[in-house]
Formats: sequence, C-alpha cells, structure tokens
Amino acid sequence: MTSWLPFWPASASAYADRIDLLVWAFSALIVSLAAPVVVGMVWFAAKYYRGSPADRSHAPTRGFWVEADWTVIPFLLAMVFFVWAAHLYYVERTPPGGALEVAVVAKQWMWKFQHPGGQREINELHVPTGQPVKLTMTSQDVIHSLFLPELRLKMDVLPDRYTTIWFQADRPGTYALRCTQFCGTDHALMGGRFIVQEPRDYEAWLRSSAVDGTLAQEGERLFRRLGCSGCHGANASVHAPDLAGIYGTQQPLSDGTFALADDRYIRDSILMPKRQVVAGYEPIMPSFAGKVSEEEILRLIAYVKSLPREGNRQP
Amino acid sequence: MTVYTPDANTPAARPRTYIEAGYTLRSWLLTTDHKRIAILYMISITGFFFLGALGAAAVRLELLTPKLDLLHADGYNRAFTLHGVVMVWFFLIPSIPTVFGNFLIPLMIGARDLAFPRLNLLSWYIYVLGGLFTAYVLVAGGVETGWTLYTPLSTKYAPGHTVMAAAAIFVVGFSSILTGLNFIVTIHTLRAPGMTWFRLPIFVWSHYATSVILVLATPVLAMALILLALERALGIGVFDPDLGGDPLLWQHLFWFYSHPAVYIMVLPSMGVVTELVTTFAKKRVFGYEFVAFASIAIAIIGFLVWGHHMFVAGQSMYASMVFSFLSFLVAVPSAIKVYNWTATLYKGQLDLRAPLFYAMGFIGLFVFGGLTGLILASLALDVHAHGTAFVVAHFHYIMVGGAVSAYLGALHCWWPKMTGRMYSEFWGRISALLIFFGFNITFFPQYILGWLGMPRRYHSYPPEFQSWEVLSTAGAVMLGVGYLLPLVYLLWSLRYGPRAPANPWGASGLEWRVPSPPPKHNFEEIPVVSWEAYDYPPPQEEQG
Repeated sequence: MTSWLPFWPASASAYADRIDLLVWAFSALIVSLAAPVVVGMVWFAAKYYRGSPADRSHAPTRGFWVEADWTVIPFLLAMVFFVWAAHLYYVERTPPGGALEVAVVAKQWMWKFQHPGGQREINELHVPTGQPVKLTMTSQDVIHSLFLPELRLKMDVLPDRYTTIWFQADRPGTYALRCTQFCGTDHALMGGRFIVQEPRDYEAWLRSSAVDGTLAQEGERLFRRLGCSGCHGANASVHAPDLAGIYGTQQPLSDGTFALADDRYIRDSILMPKRQVVAGYEPIMPSFAGKVSEEEILRLIAYVKSLPREGNRQP
Repeated sequence: MTVYTPDANTPAARPRTYIEAGYTLRSWLLTTDHKRIAILYMISITGFFFLGALGAAAVRLELLTPKLDLLHADGYNRAFTLHGVVMVWFFLIPSIPTVFGNFLIPLMIGARDLAFPRLNLLSWYIYVLGGLFTAYVLVAGGVETGWTLYTPLSTKYAPGHTVMAAAAIFVVGFSSILTGLNFIVTIHTLRAPGMTWFRLPIFVWSHYATSVILVLATPVLAMALILLALERALGIGVFDPDLGGDPLLWQHLFWFYSHPAVYIMVLPSMGVVTELVTTFAKKRVFGYEFVAFASIAIAIIGFLVWGHHMFVAGQSMYASMVFSFLSFLVAVPSAIKVYNWTATLYKGQLDLRAPLFYAMGFIGLFVFGGLTGLILASLALDVHAHGTAFVVAHFHYIMVGGAVSAYLGALHCWWPKMTGRMYSEFWGRISALLIFFGFNITFFPQYILGWLGMPRRYHSYPPEFQSWEVLSTAGAVMLGVGYLLPLVYLLWSLRYGPRAPANPWGASGLEWRVPSPPPKHNFEEIPVVSWEAYDYPPPQEEQG
C-alpha cells in the first residue's frame, strides 16, 4: 500500500480474504439496521416540522408487534454474524498438526524469533507460503501483542505464559508486523517486517542464516551446560523422570491428578519444579528461575519435544 | 396541571430563586441545595473537560506527522493517559448524573431535594479531592500507563506517578458511589403522591439504572486499584508474574468495572435523549415500557460482557465465545431504544431547535458507534481490529458523539430552567452542526486507519497513513471550535440573554411547572400527580 489515501489493507492469506468478506457483509448489516433510523429521522424532520401541514391523526405511541419486530429481526440477523465470526475465530485458534513452529520472545521494545532450524532474527519474521506456521510466544517483561495486519491476525504476548497463533500465508511479499498492546515508551517503534516467501526462497534464506545447529540441538547443549542431564540423563544416579517421549502426554502427578506435558508444563517445571511433581518422584529439583532466559527455555522445550518416544536419548 | 400557574414568573409573584438564596462564596460552598450542587459540579466538570481536551489536542497535533516531532515519546504517552483518565473519570462518568441528575431528579419526581442533601455536598467535595490528586499527578510529571493501567506495565515498568493516579481514581470513585446511592434512595422514597414508577420520566429510569451500576461496579474498581497500589508500592505480588501474580487478573477486574462504566456514561445520555425527543416532538415517547426496561436490561447484561475486551488476551476460546454472544445480546436493548426514539418523531410537532439537533446527532452517531461495536464483539473481526484506531473510533462515537452530544443537548434544553436565561438559538444550532460534522471528520478516518492496521497509542506511524491523520486533526479543530462556542454564548446569555419563562418549550415534565430558575425548595407545595408522563395533547389539536 503506497497510495496516498489507502483504504483497505493488503491481504496475504486466504483466511484474510474470508475476514474481508465477513466485514463487508457486516457493513451491509450495519447499513440495513441504521438506514431506518437515519432515513426515518431525516424524513420525519422534513415532514413533521412544527406547524407543517402534514397529517398527524392517529399518531401511535405504542405497539407490541412493532416492538417485537425491531427487537427480534435485528437480533436474529446479528446472530448470523455472531456464528460466522465465532466459526472463523475457532479456525484461527485451532492450529493444524505438522505446522512449522517458530518461537517468539517479546521485550521492550523488540521482537525476537527463533526458527526450528536454529535461525534467529530480530524484528523480522520470514515464513514460507503454503505451509501452516505456528508461533509460540512469550514476553520477558510487560504484555505485548503481535499484530500481522495483512493476515488479519493478532495475539497478546504475556509474561509467564505461552500464547500461540497460527496462519498459512499464501501471497509472497513484505508486510507489516506491529505491537498493539501499549507497552511503554517506545511502543510505537516496536514493529518490523513480516516477510512471506516462496518455499524455495525461504529455504535459501534459512541456509544463508548462520546457525549453531537446530533449536533442539542448542537446547541439548543447554541441557548439559545447566546440569539437567546430570539427573534426567540416561546414566544419572539421581532418581529423576526420564523426559523421552513425554511431550504431549498426560503425566501422573504426586497429588493424584494429571498434567498435560505441553510447553507451559515444561516451562513451569524448570522455573517452579515443586509445583507439579510427577508421581513417584521426590521434590528435589532446584528452580532455574533467574538462571535461564525465555529464549533458552524455548530451546530446552524444543529439545524435550525432539526426544523420541521409544529408546534412549540421543547422544 | 395542578401546579403550573402561567403567571408564576411575573416579578411580583415570583418567589426567590435558588440563585437569589445567597450570593456569598460560603452560601455556595456550604449549600445542600441539589440545584446549587449541580451548578458546582457543572463548573468543575467543565474545567476538567477542557483539561482533558488539552491532552487530546496534544495527541492530535503530534499525529499530524508520521514522525515523533512535537513531543517526546513519554510526553505523548502522558498526553493520551491524561486525556483518558480525565475524560473518563472526571468528565464522562460524573457529567450528566451529577449536573442534570442532581438538578432535575428532585424536580422531575416532585421532591424538594435529594434524600441525603449533605451526602450530596460531600460527594462534590470528594470529587474535588480526587481532582486535586489528578492535578498533583499532572504537575509532578504525569503518568504514562494509558487509562487502562494494564499490569505489569503499571505496577513495575512505567516510571510515572502511577500510585497517585490510582489514588485519584480511587477517591473520585467514592463520589460516584455516594451519588448513585443518593439517587436510588431518592427515587424510591421521595416521589410525589401519584408519581408512580410508570409515570416517571425515562430520564429518571435511566438514572436509576445508572445508579445501580455505580453502586455495584465502582467498588470493584476501588479494590483493584488498592491491589495495584499495594503491588507497585510494597511489592505484594498480585499481578506481576515475577512476584507470583497473574497479569490477566488486572484485566478481568478492570473491565468488570470499566465495561459497566461505559453504560454509566451512556445510560444517562439515553435518558436525556428521550426527554429531548419527546420535548421537541411534543409527543409521548413511543413504547414507554420498552424504553424504560431497556435501561434496566442494559444495566444487568452490561455486567456480563467484560471478557469482550480480552478476545486476544489469552482468555479461553470458549469463554470468548460466551462473552461475544452476551455482547451481541446487550446491543438489543440499545437497538430498542433507538428505534423507539425514531418512532417518537413520527407524526410529532418537531421543533427543530438546538437540543433536538443534539438529540438527532446523538442518535445517528450512537447507532453508528454501536453497530461498529458489534464488529468488535464479533470474535474473528475483533482479532484484527483490537488495539487499533478502529477501537478508538468506536468508543469515541459512543462517548463523544453519544455522551458529550447528549450532555450539550441537555445543557441547552435545561439552560433556561437552570439559569433563567434563554441561549441564542442561532448559535446553538451552529455549534450543534459544527460538533456533528467536526466529530465525524475527526473520528470516521480512524475507523479506516484502524482497519488498515494503525495501532492505537502510537506516536509514530507509517507515512502512508498520514492523509487520514491530517483529516482527523482538521476535524478535531472544527470539533474544538464547536465545543468552545457554547462556552462563549452560554456565558454571554447569563447577562444578556432574554429572561426565560417557566416553560419555554411547552414541555410536560414537572420541572417545567415551577418557575425558571426554580425557588430554593422547588415546589410551594408538593404536587399531586394525576397524569401520565409525556402528557402531550395530540399533535393535531395543538396546531389550531
């Protein structure tokens, strides 16, 4: 959009097209519900101004059926749009399996992205077309919000928890990436570029970016450096749970309940290990709060995710 | 028509007015007369209105250019925070209830004062105290959290005087609670003989609904603000995850108050517009019971929609769906009101004076603001529009296009009653038109900007958005002139305006059956009401 008077944002996905269709239909609803009021006011002002010769006999002041009409009809019309919008929201909030997973860490006032291959970027996000992409996001300080206007998508990014967003971009191009949750002094500058590329160009970009191994491999190095492997490793003498294949499973806890071993569970287990202790183990793990950054935790999660369900850990 | 005597305003028969009851400063500052307290409120909220407008002016000027050049970043953040805090808590929430509710409710129900006159004066002093806190924050350097005070930005990261700002809002809240309490008791206990609930003007119904919200919702804000101050000042972890808190808890508590607060701001406006439409159409409001109960329905359902501010905040998807549905539901009683107002105009005797201009402006802007609000209540559309200028446009259509238009409409309609002087009809219409068009030029571009992807609270923006921003600022200039004009011609009318008769508009309400301005105790004797509300003769007959 370089027009001097832009009117509509570009669309980078089929989902964005569906949103645009909905909002145009909604505009038609607005016009049809507002028209009786606006036209009525102007017409009545023109016809029934004080002293005008218009006929005023039998001026009504009540009517049950007319009340019922203008209560029920707009409501039912609006309900169509409630369901329509809720359905699209459901689609937008339910990521498909096998999405390309990108980790996002926000801080005052920048965006950091980590690709599964270990590529990192700041204030720029490269993604391929034609493939679902899932962002797992957290903040190091205040609440931010990732806004990708050309995808018609937005999600708040909170400290101490993960939020996710998924999309499939369809049209290559360079688009906007902005923060839409007021986050302090330079909120307005917390933006960058969202670059959608053909898969071939995306692969080339991945190769051109310097990496020290995949995100999971970096996580594994961290796993050793922080001493996690001393207890959770294959040859550990300390009685600690084996992490292989736990991701996405229900873990029995010592209080008799179960917890889903997802990103949040792993993060909590690193920072607050005594909160949810797996059944059959002692609460002996120390907290790593303050010792690992949000980006490092995301690498550790990538490592735990990469561990196969069967057999031993990779060397 | 037992009380109204046509010669009540002739000098010989005229009893001493409430204004003539005393001219000393002391007689005003220690008054317990609801009418004088209304005037005290009018003067103070007018001051805060123009203070808040200064914040808006700074924001609009900064946004003339894409780069940050007029202010520095925190200065801009302080400007919009000042604008929000002052306009919401020191103008919009008190505006119509404390000025017109205070002045008119006793007159409309046939009472000599509110139920607790001294409490009424106390609530003004509490308001002033809150105002002093705000002035302190302003002088000390301001606060840059936005009026929404989101945690943990407000409790940990923002450098400004957040605790003091929270204290200001906390204090002024008690003023609201006391006013609400006073109205509820007054409406229950002080109605004149024969003034049954269904003979009350809709203005009184909507103030009753507003008062219920004031009393039930404001304490929640007070509690939330205490928690915020405790965390900020003493490090007690409530919202900050580093201290074991939950940042989303603030949003739940804040919006549990602040969404109902939107209805605190708009329900009195709806009451005003009902009075204006009936007064200047000379016709009973269409569907009285529906309009009356719609206020109550809004007050109740309004408590159950706060989660629509949190569709992208990390709230559960299914919770969002429920909140979205309830937000569609709360639009129904608003729609009922709007259609009933339009139907009231049908076959009326439309006296196209400034108050009716404001009322029709209100209806048009409220309809558009309300329906675009439904876009924000629609889940997938809110995901795109949330946090952008689209939201800013939506709530300004309701709060400024709606509530401020209604306030000005009320000011013109009851100015003769309150001051005993007629305003200039010519200038009244000019300013109403300036405000209507100036408002649309200011805020319609913000819908477009928001949908294009312009976030709110940005001091710098992509250059391609500039044309719309310039247009918006130009509209704001027009709007500013529209707001300054009434200040001039209304003050002028105090001295030079023609004396107002008791009932210049030929209206039917009880307040028009006493002299203008009313005597200190309103009624010589308490009226016995034997007629329905809006007891206008059939329009055809009046013509002859």
